[in-house]
Amino acid sequence: MALTNEKIQQRLTEKFGEGFFTFEESYGMLDMEAPKEHNLKVLQFLFDDAELNFKFLTDLCAVNYPDLPGRELAVVYHLHNLQDNVRIRFKVFTDITAPDIYTASKLFSAANWMERETYDFYGVNFVGHPNLKRVLNVDEMDYFPMRKEYPLEDQTRVDKDDDMFGR
Amino acid sequence: MTEQYHHIKLPEGSIEKQTTTLNVGPTHPATHGVFQNIMELDGERIVSTESTVGYIHRAFEKIAERRPLYQITPLTDRLNYCSSPINNMGWHLTCEKLLGVETPKRVDYLRIIIMELARISDHLICNSIVGVDTGAYTGFLYVMQYRELIYEIYEEVCGSRLTTNIGRIGGFERNFTNTAFTKLEKFLKEYPSVLKEFENLFTRNRIFMERTIGGGAISAERALNYGFTGPNLRAAGVDYDVRVHTPYSSYGDFDFTIPVGKTGDNYDRFLVRNEEMWQSLNIIQQAYQKIQEFKGAEAEVFHANVPEYYLPEKKDVYTKMEALIWHFKIIMGEVDMPKGEVYSSVEGGNGELGFYLISDGGRAPFRLHFRRPCFIYYQAYAELVSGGMLSDAIVTMSSLNLIAGEMDA
Repeated sequence: MALTNEKIQQRLTEKFGEGFFTFEESYGMLDMEAPKEHNLKVLQFLFDDAELNFKFLTDLCAVNYPDLPGRELAVVYHLHNLQDNVRIRFKVFTDITAPDIYTASKLFSAANWMERETYDFYGVNFVGHPNLKRVLNVDEMDYFPMRKEYPLEDQTRVDKDDDMFGR
Repeated sequence: MTEQYHHIKLPEGSIEKQTTTLNVGPTHPATHGVFQNIMELDGERIVSTESTVGYIHRAFEKIAERRPLYQITPLTDRLNYCSSPINNMGWHLTCEKLLGVETPKRVDYLRIIIMELARISDHLICNSIVGVDTGAYTGFLYVMQYRELIYEIYEEVCGSRLTTNIGRIGGFERNFTNTAFTKLEKFLKEYPSVLKEFENLFTRNRIFMERTIGGGAISAERALNYGFTGPNLRAAGVDYDVRVHTPYSSYGDFDFTIPVGKTGDNYDRFLVRNEEMWQSLNIIQQAYQKIQEFKGAEAEVFHANVPEYYLPEKKDVYTKMEALIWHFKIIMGEVDMPKGEVYSSVEGGNGELGFYLISDGGRAPFRLHFRRPCFIYYQAYAELVSGGMLSDAIVTMSSLNLIAGEMDA
């Protein structure tokens, strides 16, 4: 029988108990949130369980919500069960002052660079990552540019004098 | 060593070192893009390699957080610039999913024609570059003529060639001209024999086979774990294709097969891409036939009827009240998008190109993340090439179809 969103919810609630997850559904995709300490347990269970079988990590990224105190950073995993062709979105939230999340790179080799990218832009500290350093930005950079506290340059600024490109 | 060389100080341990460190790139003619690899070599064999990426990072995700949806399309051009129309369409489809826009069938088919042409041009470049790296320049020069023809078709449809910015939310900016269809017919007529000849040059070519078979191989299991998608995953034997698994833009109406390989090596990747070009041709033929079947007013449809999101044609803006109003509203940012999160993906030239869009209402995305297939599978490069020869590593790099623009976003 095909795997449905209800079934995934039921299976996960059986395993982790009532109230562990917050489920939502948007545009047909199941969206679930769990406490950040348990991210690896959840991912491992989703990976190992014969019925759920989420063995493909499609995407990993972070989102910054400056308006949610204590939950400023979200790490979002997109997982795919290729057999039943079901996708889910799994989120964990963390405080921006202690953004420690366990790494998924042991489970998915694909997570290695994706976590580096997430660290690079949001400063999420992936605990246990084999090589957590910047990947797209320069190593000397001392801030995390995708955080909302760093706005894009004001397009109307006039103080910059650039001979080459003119402004 | 004589007395006079005493002042030369070598780094500690460098005399005893058994391996050579070689810096390939960032700008090396054989890497076809900005890639740096710091390789440890034992003779000509690679012991380990460390890849550095990010030389052309342009902060698209950050820039997108200030732009309205229609201004993000040109950013997507510059991801995989060998098949920018696919990126554009992928972006339009994401927006349409968020906004709940239904496109008419004719628009879907026109899009499919453009996307499959883009796939052909992408695979064509990749495969002929593999040829160049194994020492056969002829194929590359020979097929360029047909990439040129594909670019002329783009030009006819949207006005530009490489960074196409093709289409809009809801459809195309204008209908396909007769010239576009004539060029398409020319392409459909002439390209099969060219592709056949290209295959004759390579597929059973002894030198080519010896250079590519067994190089850069990966098992299906490792490929899945590394997040491979697209031709590279299929070459390893997994029949995952977004066009079939999650049909978008009416791909479900078409009859085509998904070629799979077995060993996941450079030769299988080449074969899979070649076969995919035949399948793309087949899809274009079917789509063109379906388009010709539209009669009357239906045959003129080139966009969905969604005035609140579709930028009207300029001549309408100047002459019609309604178009002027919508133009003003869209440009001045008075049309808000709904709140929500969508993930939408298309089968890009080198794998699943995904867009994760979070909207909090308003005009610009709250967060936009591109799932760039080559960024994800490039991390397997170290595993693919270690133990192999340096010259095979070059072939592996081109056979993976790495596009620096896509990797660095």
